[in-house]
Amino acid sequence: MSTVEDQVEVAPAVPDDAPRPIERAGLLARLTVSIIPPLMLGALVVAGWYAVSYLLLDPKRRFLLKPPHEVVQNGFLNWSALSEMLSALWSSTKVAMIGLVIAIAIGFVLAIIMSQARTIERAVFPFMVTLQAIPILAIVPLISFWWGTGQRSRVIVCVIIALFPIIVNTLFGLQSAERGMHDLFTLHHASRATRLRKLMFPAALPAIFAGLRISAGLSVIGAIVGDFFFGRGDVGIGQVLKKYSSQLMGEELFAAVLLSSALGVTVFLTFGWIQTLAIGKWHETSGGRP
Amino acid sequence: MLYGNAVAAISSGTHRLGSQTYVPSTPYVLMTAVDAAFEATSAAGAALAFDRTQMVFPDGTEAVREVSFSVHRGEFVTIVGPSGCGKSTLLKIASGLLDATAGSVRVDRDRLGYVFQDATLLPWRTVLGNVELIAELHGIEKSERRRLALEAIDTVGLSGFVNHYPRSLSGGMRMRASLARTLTLKPPVFLFDEPFGAVDEITREHLNEETQRLFQQEGFAGLFITHSISEAVYMSTRVLVMSARPGRIVAEFEVPFSYPRNPELRFDPEFARLSGEISHALRGSHS
Repeated sequence: MSTVEDQVEVAPAVPDDAPRPIERAGLLARLTVSIIPPLMLGALVVAGWYAVSYLLLDPKRRFLLKPPHEVVQNGFLNWSALSEMLSALWSSTKVAMIGLVIAIAIGFVLAIIMSQARTIERAVFPFMVTLQAIPILAIVPLISFWWGTGQRSRVIVCVIIALFPIIVNTLFGLQSAERGMHDLFTLHHASRATRLRKLMFPAALPAIFAGLRISAGLSVIGAIVGDFFFGRGDVGIGQVLKKYSSQLMGEELFAAVLLSSALGVTVFLTFGWIQTLAIGKWHETSGGRP
Repeated sequence: MLYGNAVAAISSGTHRLGSQTYVPSTPYVLMTAVDAAFEATSAAGAALAFDRTQMVFPDGTEAVREVSFSVHRGEFVTIVGPSGCGKSTLLKIASGLLDATAGSVRVDRDRLGYVFQDATLLPWRTVLGNVELIAELHGIEKSERRRLALEAIDTVGLSGFVNHYPRSLSGGMRMRASLARTLTLKPPVFLFDEPFGAVDEITREHLNEETQRLFQQEGFAGLFITHSISEAVYMSTRVLVMSARPGRIVAEFEVPFSYPRNPELRFDPEFARLSGEISHALRGSHS
């Protein structure tokens, strides 16, 4: 009899259902596994590049694809070219980030309003989809027509291109809190604002970050596209690309393309990192896997 | 130990059910539609009282028909019934999540404990943060709600896991955190909506003992919903059997065992006999 009672007493104190510790062994092995395959593919691509430059292209037409070492020499190791590209890249980065911040602000406000009233959601959503469906190149002339070809127009391109994923993901996230959790807040007479702040917004964070990563990448594209078409204001990487292509500066053009891509990757990784910092502790699939 | 002639009759004679008349033919008393006069007297002073509660959903589905019963403090009442018979609907009506289409419910909704089917923990909050939530929603000051939360966490034996996030807890531990959350404000009425349906058998037994201990300690009025007859008998002072949709209370059993009950009770012949009778009543309610 006493043993049974002991079990009753012991059961709550020593949970038999304690969680298993997360396995941490083999970090180096896992790194090796994840680094070697992309390195090998990279080597193959460079080898293929050389093959095209030297074997496939006639020497007279080699300017179409200069071999990798010449791109490095003339593009990256030539300071005057590199500094021109970097300052242009920095200008485009600023444009992209300003556009992204504005898109986030507008997107959050719209998504929150839409989450509070179905009617507003139904009214606004078709227009969001329509706006999203317009190819960005189609509205560039319109933007230059209304706002000129300066920095402001570049930012507007970024906002337009980055807005949609933020709205859609934020709205989806705000609506993702479970029914039971909503019931819990209802039972305890939570106000609209409390429900939004303590339930809907935190529940939305994983989706918001997913949207942010997409939008950040799109904003970079927007900045480059905008810059490509708008000549006034600071010279961005789009203008530089345009100049190199019109002057047949193959090595520099290649270097500028690689730098643009590096910017996109950096932005993507940065937001993945911020996501891990913000919600990595509790959200399962968060983390900066590109 | 002797439990005597266990099953207590709560009312006698014949009962109306629609236009039919039943004469009880089994040892227990088959309760078809509860005599309103009888309930009116027993409902006085009850912590929770349903009075001819009815629920018809907008699509015409009649979930609950003419349900009357009451639960006093110190009583642990369990409703068993087939799935979809409107058991959970009753709890939703009691808590105000749904409005009954007819009849009434009397309960103090400001101090109501509701344990959900799932643990419904907020994944972005630690165990402590989750348990603090209800006090927080009631505007209780920070140091006080922390004290209440830590006390409740201690009561359910999760003290070592205060700073863990729900994703690193097992199903049973999440359920305990959920219990602790409900405990913080010491509600006089506890509603349990099939809370242990999703955990394994052994964890479920632990949680049953846990809940029973809380019941003894706090002396709340408990209304528990389950599919499991053995869980119902093990936990309750009274078991109500609900029929298939539209849900009605078709039988009522007093459970004579005294608390604290130990897990061995499940193998007691008297326990088996009572379970058998409830099972019989349940099967009767299907046809």
